Amino acid sequence: MTRIVVGPFNRVEGDLEVALEVEDGAVRSAQVNSPLFRGFEQILAGKAPLDALALVPRICGICSVAQSAAAAQALAHAMGVDPPENGRLASNLVLAAENLADHLTHFYLFFMPDFARRQYARRRWFPLAEQRFQAMRGSASAETLDARARFLELMGILAGKWPHTLALQPGGSSRPVQPAEKVQLFVLLRAFRNFLERVVFGDELERVGAIDGLSALEAWRDERPVNAQASDFRLFLEIAADLDVSRLGRATDVFLSYGAYRQAAATHFAAGVFDGALHALEEPSISEDVSHAWLVEDAPRHPAEGATRPAPDKPGAYTWCKAPRLGGRVVEVGALARQVVNGHPLARDLVFRAGGNVFSRVVARLLELALVVPEMERWAMSLEPGAPFCLSATEPDDATGAGLVEAARGSLGHWLVIRRGRINGYQIVAPTTWNFSPRDAAGRPGALEQALVGTPAGEGEAEVAVQHVVRSFDPCMVCTVH
Amino acid sequence: MRTPGMNVLWVQSGGCGGCTMSLLCSAVRDPMGRLADAGLNLLWHPSLSEATGAEALATLDACASGKMPLDILCVEGAVLRGPNGTGRFHVLSGTGQPMMQWVRRLAERAHHVAAVGTCAAYGGMTSAGANPADACGLQYDGDTPGGLLGVTWRDRCGLPVINLAGCPTHPAWVMETLVALSLGSFGAADLDALGRPRSYADQLVHHGCPRNEFYEFKASAEKPSHLGCLMENMGCKATQAHADCNTRLWNGSGSCLRGGYACINCTAPGFEEPGHAFALTPKIAGIPIGLPTDMPKAWFVALAALSKSATPRRVRENATADHMIVPPPIRPAGRK
Repeated sequence: MTRIVVGPFNRVEGDLEVALEVEDGAVRSAQVNSPLFRGFEQILAGKAPLDALALVPRICGICSVAQSAAAAQALAHAMGVDPPENGRLASNLVLAAENLADHLTHFYLFFMPDFARRQYARRRWFPLAEQRFQAMRGSASAETLDARARFLELMGILAGKWPHTLALQPGGSSRPVQPAEKVQLFVLLRAFRNFLERVVFGDELERVGAIDGLSALEAWRDERPVNAQASDFRLFLEIAADLDVSRLGRATDVFLSYGAYRQAAATHFAAGVFDGALHALEEPSISEDVSHAWLVEDAPRHPAEGATRPAPDKPGAYTWCKAPRLGGRVVEVGALARQVVNGHPLARDLVFRAGGNVFSRVVARLLELALVVPEMERWAMSLEPGAPFCLSATEPDDATGAGLVEAARGSLGHWLVIRRGRINGYQIVAPTTWNFSPRDAAGRPGALEQALVGTPAGEGEAEVAVQHVVRSFDPCMVCTVH
Repeated sequence: MRTPGMNVLWVQSGGCGGCTMSLLCSAVRDPMGRLADAGLNLLWHPSLSEATGAEALATLDACASGKMPLDILCVEGAVLRGPNGTGRFHVLSGTGQPMMQWVRRLAERAHHVAAVGTCAAYGGMTSAGANPADACGLQYDGDTPGGLLGVTWRDRCGLPVINLAGCPTHPAWVMETLVALSLGSFGAADLDALGRPRSYADQLVHHGCPRNEFYEFKASAEKPSHLGCLMENMGCKATQAHADCNTRLWNGSGSCLRGGYACINCTAPGFEEPGHAFALTPKIAGIPIGLPTDMPKAWFVALAALSKSATPRRVRENATADHMIVPPPIRPAGRK
């Protein structure tokens, strides 16, 4: 048995260390360490409730709006206010812009560069992968950053700036949209659609969104030869098939989604839990276990009753990350979970065949790019300049609130307690807290820790497999511990 | 013009990574390519580089030991000194060593050190509240000089830490400072008293604010989404905040004020603890405290009273609406 420590594990957001025990060329067990503790939950305690809107986006520079959205929703819940239609549409547009930009960043800057590593130099697709995806040098890097920056000009209109906006408010949005700006939003979205259809997919978004299973996906891939003009998604599909990455990174196959993009009654993508069958989300069954975190020993608690007290010398602990569980179960969150719970036939088919894995996670992110941009176009056109964007609301003296949203990387929850007009308790469970959780008191490893078991490890191509598995989750480490 | 190559190393300490994300929103097409054109050779960046684990550590080690020349060290995020001065709230993964020590070792070798963002400069949001992680900046602890490296620290060229303060920092502030360094055209005179590049820190966020007519008449917003001036009620500090956010915009056409919310003075040390709720202007006897820094208070009050009574109906009514209710009147422009 050999112990390998991989760190700094880069091309993820924040600092990550993965410790592996390797035997006979494969990972036998894994421990995931989130090595940064800043203490945002303590920082929030004692503040005026609405100050959370200035503080929480600064937990994370890549999930900044998702943090704002969760806080705004928790505060709205506590204040008993419900944003008007315009406020909801504007907030959805801002959150969707961040989520999609993050999916793009993950695919082009974080995940695909691993296929341009010298370990794959003998593969037939390598020259194309290297030319397109090599970190910082590949032709896709500059092209994507440009499209992403243009797309995020939507933030300049709707949120002032990105990251770290204060536009998302409990009562709606601080930024009313005027008629000409509605047109500008539409033009920006069309430009982004054009980039996706021309470069990422090589097809209409609606056609990609309608792919209903693995066979249809393979048939779509084979419609055109894989060459420099084919589309980056086709190139990924070709590489993924050649390396059979769907055998890598299977975790628990229990998927959680809080539901994404609020509509008048429900969410655009449904909330729920999928474990082969669909179940309703039981929010009270969420708990956080601190047995293997450098935190003062405590029983598992629902986040509304949770606390965060550092204990840096605690024996047996190996991370600052808590271990969230849903009814005691380890769950996986993210774009795949969101689409599986929502019942998208492609996501369901991929999971039915081979569960959550490196392949299905990456496909689900690209699928969301195809599904959400047309919705954003509809939301933008539904804005009604002149009608209210934000309602007034007052801070209560004593109240509780919960904000459950879907960030790019999955389910993000904020639980807020207000006492005597001040924040008395604030607990955050981020997507990567779920995915990169440590073991719990029963010794059950977290989702990534399970996904790594059995992954080839060693020299040559095996050296990269662990990286595919880790990055397939698109971890955000600064959110994880906060 | 060919410029000699300069090695740049970017590390992330106790922050949110948002300054890197902001940089990637640069209005300049292919910002990384443009930095390379300017002779800036990015040795390693945690979000962007291929090298991971041992490969990445080899680069960090070579820089820290002096084997590889380190021209510019960019540090993003505050330095975490806790718990109890050990720095263990942030151990650089794969090394077992606190990031605090890595930053100190790397800074000793660097020809220039840039603190990217307010966290790295002064501690920033990471040091808010009771500062549970004992966060500080590279050469400041809030507004007290010192921080990790100490008051007297200077880089190998005699400069203090360059504080690219902002939460996040603006992509252009980073790009133009790094390129100026590569051209050898950046010196001590280009820094303000808080170590920020004067190119943007000698401006006020108020300059170019599209709400200026509302400001002139003190026609004020009363809740988020109102079009009026954000200073009287909504916590806006643009008249005191040092930055060019309303003349050099964000994400195309944005700024905080254009987004409908207050400037919270994020380029300043201590902005994270303003002593009042961020989005609420503190007042004494109905008069906002924290008026423009260099204007006599009595004059401000007198002018405000005068301009309030002179406010056109158009400005007054639009200030508390979320869309224009009264457009400007049209007056014949010629005499035909």
